Amino acid sequence: MIIADKNTKAVDLVRAALDKAKEYEDYHCFISMNEARALDRAREIDERIAKGEKVGRLAGVPYAIKDNYLSPEGVTTAASRMLDNFPSPITATAVAKLEAEGAIMIGRANLDSYAHGSSTENSYFGPTLNAHDKERVAGGSSGGSAAAVALGIVPFALGSDTGGSIRQPASYNGVWGMKPTYGTVSRYGVVAMASSLDTMGCIANNAEDVDLIMGIIAGKDPKDSTTLDDFWNRDLDDAKPKKKKIGIIKDFLKDGVDPEVSETVLNYANKMKKAGYEVEEISMPIMKYGLAIYYIIQPAEVASNLSRYDGIRYGHRAAEITDLDSIYGKTRDEGFMPENKRRIMIGNFVLSSGFFDAYYLKAQKARTLLINAYNEAFEKYDALLCAVAPAPAFKLGEKTDDPLQMYMEDMMSVLANLAGLPAIAIPAGESKSGLPIGVQLIGPRKSDQVLLNIAKSVEENA
Amino acid sequence: MSKSDYKMTIGIECHVQLNTKTKLFSAVDNDAVDKEPNACVSPIDYALPGMLPVLNKAAVEKAVRAGLAMNCKINLVSRFDRKHYYYPDLPKGYQISQMYQPIIGAGEIHLPDGSTVKIEHAHMEEDAGKLTHFDSYSLVDLNRAGTPLIEIVSMPDIHSAAQARAYCEELHRLMMYAEVTNGDLYQGNMRFDVNISCSKTDKLGTRAEIKNLNSFRSVEHAIEYEFERQTKILDKGEKVIQETRGWSDATGKTTSQRSKEEAQDYRYMPEPDVPPIVLEQSYVDKVEANMPMMPDEYRSKFGVLNLDNSEREAILNYPILAKRLNEVLDKGGVQLAPRVAHWFSGVLLAEENLDKDFALATANELTELSEMVEKKELSSTGAKSILMEMYDRKNTQKTPHQLAKEMNLLQENDEDALGAIIDEVLTAPECAKAAEDVRNGEMKAIGFLVGQVMKKSKGKANPATVNELIKKKLS
Repeated sequence: MIIADKNTKAVDLVRAALDKAKEYEDYHCFISMNEARALDRAREIDERIAKGEKVGRLAGVPYAIKDNYLSPEGVTTAASRMLDNFPSPITATAVAKLEAEGAIMIGRANLDSYAHGSSTENSYFGPTLNAHDKERVAGGSSGGSAAAVALGIVPFALGSDTGGSIRQPASYNGVWGMKPTYGTVSRYGVVAMASSLDTMGCIANNAEDVDLIMGIIAGKDPKDSTTLDDFWNRDLDDAKPKKKKIGIIKDFLKDGVDPEVSETVLNYANKMKKAGYEVEEISMPIMKYGLAIYYIIQPAEVASNLSRYDGIRYGHRAAEITDLDSIYGKTRDEGFMPENKRRIMIGNFVLSSGFFDAYYLKAQKARTLLINAYNEAFEKYDALLCAVAPAPAFKLGEKTDDPLQMYMEDMMSVLANLAGLPAIAIPAGESKSGLPIGVQLIGPRKSDQVLLNIAKSVEENA
Repeated sequence: MSKSDYKMTIGIECHVQLNTKTKLFSAVDNDAVDKEPNACVSPIDYALPGMLPVLNKAAVEKAVRAGLAMNCKINLVSRFDRKHYYYPDLPKGYQISQMYQPIIGAGEIHLPDGSTVKIEHAHMEEDAGKLTHFDSYSLVDLNRAGTPLIEIVSMPDIHSAAQARAYCEELHRLMMYAEVTNGDLYQGNMRFDVNISCSKTDKLGTRAEIKNLNSFRSVEHAIEYEFERQTKILDKGEKVIQETRGWSDATGKTTSQRSKEEAQDYRYMPEPDVPPIVLEQSYVDKVEANMPMMPDEYRSKFGVLNLDNSEREAILNYPILAKRLNEVLDKGGVQLAPRVAHWFSGVLLAEENLDKDFALATANELTELSEMVEKKELSSTGAKSILMEMYDRKNTQKTPHQLAKEMNLLQENDEDALGAIIDEVLTAPECAKAAEDVRNGEMKAIGFLVGQVMKKSKGKANPATVNELIKKKLS
């Protein structure tokens, strides 16, 4: 990552990023650009550098935010019609922290509407294309962020990960994606998807960059009561694993996983062995229930969190309204995408009286069992290894008519969210047709830097 | 079939607005009285995207105080849940409440008549905003949205309208004494939902719920009306419908609002944005140690004053009066305190335009005032005038003595000085007849003579002393 200094002008870094964004416009990484203000900020930083003032650890570094992060420049859309003209008075904590270190937001990256999806095809503004194959999806929901980094437009981008939304697009585009421990980064100022699962993280090109960015945005925020005290405070090289033992989740090597993907996982395991790690297979049968648990808890929280979009105070309101019911009904019908509505319906169903115990409560109990299984595994292993997604990036439109197939994309990524664990997506290889394949390392709570340390050491010894 | 065959069973849910500085989950002013609509609204209350609730610790302390005031168990771990429904006064589309693990557990309160009502639980939640309806539109005011509430749920222990009223009044007193609410019913600081059923057997009848009653009188009257309505239905052999009903003060009737079939499904869900409230027992102990005296304690202590019940309860309605009376009792004992009690109930509270927010004179001053009457330095009427002058210390800082002097109310008890005036009166020609009458044993005439002396002394003479002196002189 190039940082502005006396020899490298912030203006040049920002202009280069903006030029590249224009060059790759057809990939549709961005919903809106922040050109004028980004250049102003860059000039201001250059002036301060010239005066010898302190300008922060990310001086002049251009970056993108997923368009569910609020900031007062332009509008925050969450890729929805509901918010297609919503100017926010608020700056998300993560954005404020990056800006305070001199980073410069150049644009708002595309996503699935309200982060609901695994392909960015659910965006009200149209899909983002895969950086390696324009006929394929960029993954989702942080598809715009991942493609923008993979195309070299920005050295990093913010994303949000509720069930794999940072890691899966990172994996599809061949870049790094960090989903931290739940509560590491403030959720304040990010459009909520499912509050008990939502984590804020980043997409970047290597372990060091991820570490630097996360170290800046992590930490306790009085505006988000679920944030943890800052634990991202070590030198990456000091965050060495204690056991040097890794478990491969055996249950995710066969059923429903593309052989090319399993091969990549095993290859990565071999690289780990070469780097001095003891690697063995571990059976975790409960992992297969992750998706079922996730698709009860997540829609329940989604349905709840989307209740505020009612056409009364801000955002879209349907034109022809006759009474209160039509304000709600028509506004929400027009403002939400089909996938948003599907999750609202599932969520309200599992929360409704008579079904709550059978679905939501049961899922919460299963979630506890899942957490127990992880805890048990982490007594033996520093981290667990599996693929991010069952197959490389699929073709545009391939799964849009089959929501269940789309949900299957998340079968390995939702687990870390359900258990609140850190997980990092690492580019690990390519398919025969040249599509990137990623693997993920999952560790105990607050072992985020250890995971990065492991990945970095594997890289260095490969 | 007589009405008296029916047993009425009543349970009451009471919403109390807590008088914290800021709202339950946002740091904006919680006091919206006399403010422009939507003047006290933060992005959190407005439910902007990405906003997260941050629990107000002061509200937790108020809730604990309220729980202790009701002799309730305080749950050391409690949680928040979301209660979903759509209405324009509810910006998030859900209310943050405590469905499953409330902060306040079981307890009981004692009513002045000696009966006890058990509390099932009480939980914290946020208030909604307010809608004002016009012909073709409605306006939303979110000043109240997010105000901390506790909802107190009683057991169905109440069996008459009068007892229900007494329960509500006692709750009000307890909350006022615990200093957790401003307690202004007119402003909606306390609101009551009443569940009523009637039955001739031990098996409870079908209940109706009357929502949003905002005065003690409407609680009482609505229950009386509902008893008549339900027993009439039952007498006809028909069934009472389980439903929500509204009360109108204007018509004196309850009307159906929503039946059970139309009841909303609130789709309760644990609130993921607010961590559980975890209290240490030592914290609860500390709050308890700082609790002021409660009405029950005052009642038993005021027993020595021999007040009648209505007088005592009227005083208890004002925590400041009870507190002061108690201090006067400690200072001046049973000789001086009852007089102050009568002043409070008979003079202060009889005042029509009493500013509810008075800064009452100190116990020292009130004791001094009572003592001046005791020593006959002041007439009872004079003392009342002084009380009205100094009851609100916002008006004056003067002592009772200073005021008595300034207002020319000090009584003349000096027999020599009074004797001179009396001699003057008795020898005055216009008094000769009266003096003669008294000499002849017609004591009725003495009043006229006392009046003349009082007039000459400009009201400062002590009439009892004058009376005695005149009698002595004319005997």
